[in-house]
Formats: sequence, C-alpha cells, structure tokens
Amino acid sequence: MSETLPLSIVNNRRLERWLRFQPDRTVKLAVGKVEIGQGVLIALSQIAAEELDVALDRIDILSGDTDDAPDEGSTSSSQSIEVSGRSVRLISAELRTRVLGRLAQRLNCAVEDLSVEDGVFLQEGNPTGYDYWSFAGPEDFATDIAGTAEPKPPSTYRVVGQPIPRRDLIAKVTGAAFIEDIVRPDMLHARILRQPSRGARLTSLDEAAVRKAGGGPIRIVRVGDFVALVGEDETVVQRAGVAAPAHAVWTGVRMLSPNQQEAMWFRDQPSDDRHFGDPGPPATGVVVSETYSRPFVAHAALAPSCALAEYCGGHLSVWSHTQGVYPLRNSLADILRLRRDQVTVRHAHGAGCYGHNGADDAALDAAIIALQIPDHCIRVQWRREEEFGFEPVSTAHMTRIQAVLDEAGRPVDWTAEVWAGSHVQRPVFGGTMLAHEALPDPPPPAKANDPPEANGGGGTRNGFPLYDVGAKRVIHHLALATPVRTSSLRGLGALPNVFALECFMDELAERAATDPVVYRLSLLSDLRARHLIENVAARCGWASRGPAGTGQGLGLAWSRYKNKAGYACVAVELEVDLDITLRRVWCAANAGLVINPDGARNQLEGGIVHAASMTLKEQVTLEGDGITSLDWDRYPIMTFSEVPEIDVEIVHNPDLPTLGMGECTFGPTAAAIGNAVAHALGIRIRDMPLTRERIAAALVR
Amino acid sequence: MPIELTVNGRAVTLDIDATTPLLDILRNHLDLKGSRYGCGLEQCGTCMVLIDGEPEYACTREIGSVAGRSVITIEGLGTPERLHPIQQAFLQEQAGQCGYCLSGIIISAKALLDRNPHPSRSDIVAALDKHLCRCGTHTRIVAAVQSAARMGAPA
Repeated sequence: MSETLPLSIVNNRRLERWLRFQPDRTVKLAVGKVEIGQGVLIALSQIAAEELDVALDRIDILSGDTDDAPDEGSTSSSQSIEVSGRSVRLISAELRTRVLGRLAQRLNCAVEDLSVEDGVFLQEGNPTGYDYWSFAGPEDFATDIAGTAEPKPPSTYRVVGQPIPRRDLIAKVTGAAFIEDIVRPDMLHARILRQPSRGARLTSLDEAAVRKAGGGPIRIVRVGDFVALVGEDETVVQRAGVAAPAHAVWTGVRMLSPNQQEAMWFRDQPSDDRHFGDPGPPATGVVVSETYSRPFVAHAALAPSCALAEYCGGHLSVWSHTQGVYPLRNSLADILRLRRDQVTVRHAHGAGCYGHNGADDAALDAAIIALQIPDHCIRVQWRREEEFGFEPVSTAHMTRIQAVLDEAGRPVDWTAEVWAGSHVQRPVFGGTMLAHEALPDPPPPAKANDPPEANGGGGTRNGFPLYDVGAKRVIHHLALATPVRTSSLRGLGALPNVFALECFMDELAERAATDPVVYRLSLLSDLRARHLIENVAARCGWASRGPAGTGQGLGLAWSRYKNKAGYACVAVELEVDLDITLRRVWCAANAGLVINPDGARNQLEGGIVHAASMTLKEQVTLEGDGITSLDWDRYPIMTFSEVPEIDVEIVHNPDLPTLGMGECTFGPTAAAIGNAVAHALGIRIRDMPLTRERIAAALVR
Repeated sequence: MPIELTVNGRAVTLDIDATTPLLDILRNHLDLKGSRYGCGLEQCGTCMVLIDGEPEYACTREIGSVAGRSVITIEGLGTPERLHPIQQAFLQEQAGQCGYCLSGIIISAKALLDRNPHPSRSDIVAALDKHLCRCGTHTRIVAAVQSAARMGAPA
C-alpha cells in the first residue's frame, strides 16, 4: 500500500503531525502547503471537514511551520490539491475510521450503526454521549498512517464541491495581513547593498556618505561582500539603502549585453542535450518547421520580498513568504552552519509569487544579519528595483517544431526541439541563494537543472503533443549557464511549448486548407480534450469566424497541463491596430473533482490574465551590470483597461481524481492569442511578447 | 515644529522630520498596516489613501505636505467586525487572490463611489487603472465595485 501513498504521507507518517482535537472543540489541521493567493487553505479545510464530518468552521488550519506542521516540500506545480488534498482526505478518513472502530467496540455495536454529525457520534441516529473531543485519545494517534481507510464516495459530499469563501481575505481587505505587517519586540529594519553579480568584490564603500543619506543612526553590517544597513527607523534605513549603491565600488562585475536577453542567444551556448521519445530518423515526406520563442520574464510580485529573523539563545527563527518552509530551513542551516533543529521557519502570507522569487533570498539576508545582531528581530524589506533586479527570473525559451506531413497534410512524425536555461533552480535543486554568493565561502556555481520528466519536466514541459501524430520526440538543449539566475515561474516550459505547439497546429491547418478546430479534432482521440474544444468553439461562435487579415481575430488553443494534470481550452477574440486589444476570452476546464469551484474559477481567470500579460507585454531586459527592467514602467504588466471580458466554464467530473488547475490556462491562453493575432493580421508572429514593434515589423516583412 | 493632521477621523500630532513619507508614518508610527509598500514610485497603487477625499499615493507623499489635512486609510473604512459595504462587496465576490493590491484598490473605489454613486464599467476601470493586480483578479474586482454601487455604498 505504501508505494501508492501520496508523498506527503510517506514523508510524514505520524497522524498527530496532521490532526489534533483541541479543547475548544476545534480540529487542528496542520499542512505543509502554504497560501500564496490560490485559496489552498480553504480547500484543504473543506476536505478535512468533509471526511471527519465536522462543521467547516471547526477546522483550525496551520500551514508552513517547521516546528508544528508536516514537511510537504514546496507549494508548486499545481500539486497542492492533487497531493496534499489527497493526503488530508486519506488521513482524515483514517482518523475517523480508527475512532469509530473503537467506539463500536465500546458500545458493542456495528461500525455501520454509527454516524458523525458535526463531530458528535450517533448510534442509529441517537446520541451516544461521545464525540471526537471526549472520546478520541492517544491510542487513535499511536500508529503510523496506513492510508487504507476508505474515504467517502463523492456522491455524499456536502462540503467538498461548494464555493465556500476564503477566510484570509477578510484581513487583506481591512488592514494588517502580510509578512510586511508583523511587528516583533526589538525589531530592527534592514536594507541590503547587493553584490552586483556573483564573484564581484566590494573594493570601497563610502560609509560616511551612506550614513549621511540615511539622516539618522544606522549600523553597517558586513560579512564578506554581503553588506546590510540596519537601524530602528525604517525611513532612515530605506534612505541609506537607496543611496548606498552610488557610494560603493565593486570589481569583477560580470557585464551583460542586450543580445543575451533573447531566447535565440541560447542557440550557441554549451548545453546538456537530452533526447526523449521515439528515436529518429524521422519518416520521409514533406517536412515543415517553425521556431517560436519567449524571452526572460519576471515573477514581478506586487510586493518586493520581505523576511524576519531572530537569533536568540542559539536558535534561529525565521518568518518568510517562501513556497517551502522545510527546504528553506535546510538551506539556511547548511549555509549558516547550524543544525536543522536550531532553525525554525514559519510561513507568513505575502504577495502572490507565481514561483521561486526573492522570498527565500530575503530570508537568508535576514538570517545572516540576525546572527550578527542576536536578540533582535531583523526585518529585511527588499526595494522594488532589488526585486526586479535580483529575483530569479524565468528563462528565455525557444522551441522549434518540425513535422513530417502525409499527402493530406497531417503530421506523421513530430519533433520539438527546445533551447532554454534551467526552469528550476531552487536551492534544493542545484541553485544558489543570493546572499550566499557574497559570503566569504561562496557556493560553487549553480548547476544547470530541470525537474525530471516524471514530474512534468521543465524545458520539456508539454513538449510532447497529445495529438495522434505518429512518432514523437523532444530534444532538449538545457543551457549549462544563464546570464542571470533563473528558476521556476508558473508552468515552467509549458507556456512557451504550448504556444509553439498550438500555433504550429494552426499553421499546419492553414497549409492543409482546413479549419483549425476541425484539423485538431481530426488528430485527437482524448475525449475530455475533444469535449472542451467543442464547448469553447460553440461558445465563442467559431463557426461564424470571419476571414483572416481583417484586423479582427479569433484564435483557439488547448492543453493538458504537464500532459497529466488539468485540461483547459481557451479562445480569444481581439483586434489589432497598432496595438493588440483583447476583447473576449472563453475558457473551459476539466480537472476532475473540484474541491472549491469558486477558488478554481479564480485561479483559471488569474492564469488567463497572467498569461495574456506575459504574451503581450513582458520581457526582462539585460544590459551593463545586470537587469535593466527595474520598475513597472520598464516591466509593464496588464492593467485594468487592458483586461478583456472573461467567461470561464468548469466541466464537472466529480468521480474522477482532482487534477491541479492553477497553471492549466497558462499555455492555451498564450497560444490562443498567438493564433488570434495571426488570424487578425494574416501574418504569423512567433516571438513573444507580441508588441507594437513586432507587429509593425511583421507588417513590413 | 509638530505636524498636526487627522487620520481616520482622529487628531494626530507628530514631532517628526517633515520629509518623512506618509506611508512610513501610517505603517510605523500609527500602526496602520493596511496601506502597503509596493514600489515607492507611484506606479502600483498599493499605498493609496484618501487625502481630503482624493485618492493619493502615500509612498512618496511627504508628511509635511499633509499638515492640517484629513487622511483616510483602509482601517478608516471598516474593521473585520464592522465592514464597510465596499469591503463587504469584495468579500462577497471573493475579489482577491493574494490580496496585496486590495486595500489600495478599495480606497480608489471609495473615492469613485463618493463622487459617482452609479459608475459605468468604464468609469470603474478608469478609476482603477493606476492600480496593478498581478494575480489577474481584475474582472472580479470590477464586479465587486459594481456590486458595492448596487448596494448603495454610503459615503
């Protein structure tokens, strides 16, 4: 049985690590996944309430705490409901089964005669005088989780499947709610003078000038080439932090050139080349090939990273908006040469991160300072240009697709070739933490890395088409080095790969003089996918789609995220003049059993807007000593006046397992926009972002 | 020279450098954490407050220039126990993902509804266009403001 248990249970077999009945008639549910704006806490609470048969408001959830909550790794890759949700369901069902089994013995009745109503036990509908709080005891928690208890059938669900509002939003619309808002005794504010790049050495710092700019007392903490400005008054510390770079002289700064900001740059870089799928050589026939790209893009969280750290009595306590408290704790302990049991990391809510941004790095900053200034709470707040300039970005990514066509213009052989840097370089996956590189004993350079194919891959994510196209292969050139740090951002390679795949499908349909929807359906046997495409095509009025080249465009695309998670199909209607104006978006998604349909819909919509923003507007620019897109003017994202009407439909499939859906609209939205722009212009643009300059260049071509 | 102003209806006297940003005063001196730091550049709107009823960025605003004026922050609208109708509308629509942008947006929505109780969709979009939302919750946020308008959000 244990080999089929979710990883969360395998790594945390003790029941009391997850669930406890508390004297105030609440149930403590402790989980390792954290709230990053996706509504995971309410969904997990619903699952526990459902399986235990207690009222939802009795669930007191604790998430992301290395002392008091289980280790569930990172909150990423649309895994929280699939893995953590499945774990909470099995664990809750097991606890209920254990307790009711003992009660049946006590009452000398059959378990089937017992029922639970809001935590109170009934025998054939009558009170027994027992409930979870009075009856459950240490013996129910004594043995490891077996994972064999049978959860409820979905047809009996009362709480799961309901659009229940999140609890955390109340604080967020009224006042203090985030890590930035935590106030601790003896708190000191800190700003960092960042090492411009790995290997750069600080040759001089005009401390007097920095102090003068601050205008009040500050302490300058220096450990190797790591420099922090610390003081009681945040205004003073911020002013010193803003001024400091101009008063510092560095040597050995790596210089960048703008050609490195384009995906094309990776074509000529040393790489780890990997081949997946059918061996070559491809079949003979008409060979068609096109190349698509996306540049480096930023997470661009609305709040720059923040962290708090206290070092008291040999114990380091850290508050972070990290996606993974345990991986962060382990990294901090290793870098600071502490034992893991000397470090506690607690999650605190932050602005949406969409992947591995500066959160963990800010935590290391705070911890380094805390070790230098014990018995104080050190609060590190990154500045806006620091977040844009130093967070790990998502790698530029180029995908070339080559298909061999039969006489009818249908692919019989398919090759996707990908050039990109690492899509995941979390510290636990070969990456480095920013401040570690400035310490006297810096780590070796980050190792090029991507998630294994079993986890959906990184550069290869959604590289294989799910169409019936004969032989399929993916060739991945994972660049050994990148000009700036890269790591995971929503969907990893899925967005650029689905953009390439689904745009290429439209191009093949055009070659075959076939309608793109008809063409797709003729190559697709997956029934859930077919149903979504038909659903969206009907809703968007595909049948009456006008001719190409009128300035009005309608495009459609779909994917199954990671080729194994949630399905989504998206259609986009837009106009192209000098700029692209999105008018309407239709989406249908299928993710099996949906725990909280309102939360799911929010995630699907958010993914559409985020992907549209990336497709139309976003690019990290590089020049001189680093990233130059350092504020919202130089890294614009989609605004209220640019967001189209969005119509999302969730196809309910409660008897099928829940599939992650936080990222499933991402790729299809990008590709649907690409296809709609091609339809509007009669010309294909294959490089994101689809800017005014690119449209003008395409029209001249 | 002490600076006097009104914050959420309460008289406040500050003996402080007049160039201190209003945002720092609110967050660190008055413990009003609902106005948020996002960029310090008047580009994102997370720090928006009402100054004499007009939405203004608090991140770059020097406290000296607010002397004698009335500042309203998100805490001045309502509390978790006594929500303002606009806050209520946002919760009803679940118009948030990470929620970092919301307090500033609700402030701008309040200013809009005070001046125009029955705004069109494009009025709302225009009033919120200086605010960024990275999670893509825009359509729900607009719906929440429409819903607040229907509820007749009081001034």
